[in-house]
Amino acid sequence: MSKKVYNTAAEALEGLTFDGMTVMAGGFGLCGIPENLILALRESGVKDITAISNNAGVDDFGLGLLLQTRQIKKMISSYVGENKEFERQYLSGELELEFNPQGTLAERCRAGGAGIPGFYTKTGVGTLVAEGKEHRDFNGETYILETGLVADLSIVKAEKADTHGNLVFNKTARNFNPPMAMAGKVTVAEVEEIVPTGDLDPDEIHLPGIFVQRIVKGTFEKRIEQRTTRKREHY
Amino acid sequence: MPWTRDEMAARAAKELHDGFYVNLGIGIPTLVANHIPEDMDVTLQSENGMLGMGPFPFEGEEDPDLINAGKQTITTLPRTSFFDSATSFAMIRGGHINIAILGAMEVAENGDIANWMIPGKLVKGMGGAMDLVAGVKRIVVVMDHCNKKGETKVLKACTLPLTGKGVVNRIITDLCVFDVVEGGLKVVELAPGVSMQDVKESTEATIVA
Repeated sequence: MSKKVYNTAAEALEGLTFDGMTVMAGGFGLCGIPENLILALRESGVKDITAISNNAGVDDFGLGLLLQTRQIKKMISSYVGENKEFERQYLSGELELEFNPQGTLAERCRAGGAGIPGFYTKTGVGTLVAEGKEHRDFNGETYILETGLVADLSIVKAEKADTHGNLVFNKTARNFNPPMAMAGKVTVAEVEEIVPTGDLDPDEIHLPGIFVQRIVKGTFEKRIEQRTTRKREHY
Repeated sequence: MPWTRDEMAARAAKELHDGFYVNLGIGIPTLVANHIPEDMDVTLQSENGMLGMGPFPFEGEEDPDLINAGKQTITTLPRTSFFDSATSFAMIRGGHINIAILGAMEVAENGDIANWMIPGKLVKGMGGAMDLVAGVKRIVVVMDHCNKKGETKVLKACTLPLTGKGVVNRIITDLCVFDVVEGGLKVVELAPGVSMQDVKESTEATIVA
């Protein structure tokens, strides 16, 4: 058995958490979030987390659980509209918040993981997002400097891993997971299935195992935020 | 008669062309998908990481791993591909999407758009809106001409914090279609029974001939 596979989410986080740490958590809304590792983070009792995640979960699921317990000091996100406790803590000044445009957030993670400390983007030029940032013209257009992000710990969710940490994601549950996995000083992946190394087709691997240090098999609720359907007679 | 929401969406669908890659925002823009002609080949992008978005699933076939940017359950098509968020915004920021059709709280005669934040109210975040308006080749706004208080949303200058500066190409409201041109907005189409005078009375922005 590879040394990357752990039995429980709590064991997979052992020795990795400390107060004041920066944690990246993959997912978009509640889709493809590391449910088990978020629970394990809650149980670890680690405090003053800076959480980098596109969203903040809902009140009783996802990162919302760490807001309930006041373990998060600051969030870096692009959209947080689905969470009442978030709203309460933010308006009362208990929680710091940095909004990043979604694509800028994704690229900051990708860049951080790729060893790129900064990059220029058109996104946000002329808006609040650009305030205080270096502006520079390229080919007659203005861009702003954004910095790469690196986290003390990245927690991500994939459908499958082999024992060397090669990951395969499912549909739109991929989202922020690969760029955040790249940007973690340590990355822990929770998966639905761990297969023997060699079982995954090398051409089908979405994220090479070099970006993943620990793996744990989880159990998943996979909550749906907006259940939308169509009637059969329409088609 | 001003256009209804559905008629505005139908009008916006005329902005699409065969072979286009398209991003539709939340609200009226989402309805545009219902008006794409059967024989037109259009691929919808969802910025959470999907190209080739299909319709809503049949009841009982919802997949929590398959959602759109509005977090609604959806389906795939034969052409569908999935990718991570960084790749998704490479498509958007890199100018590979032909057109984005978005809602707005305010637009201005210089093409400024505000649609993410009202100071003093809860700020939910800009999501992918700033990336879309900065990176997509053509930006079409679909919105009511006036807000619920009857105040115009078509202004000389936006009062709300901007989503993007000088980025809007065309505005479709319930009263008319504007193009953003040198010196202001040009009316290129009127809703049936709406006069130029009606538009002028409901618009603060400079209207140019």
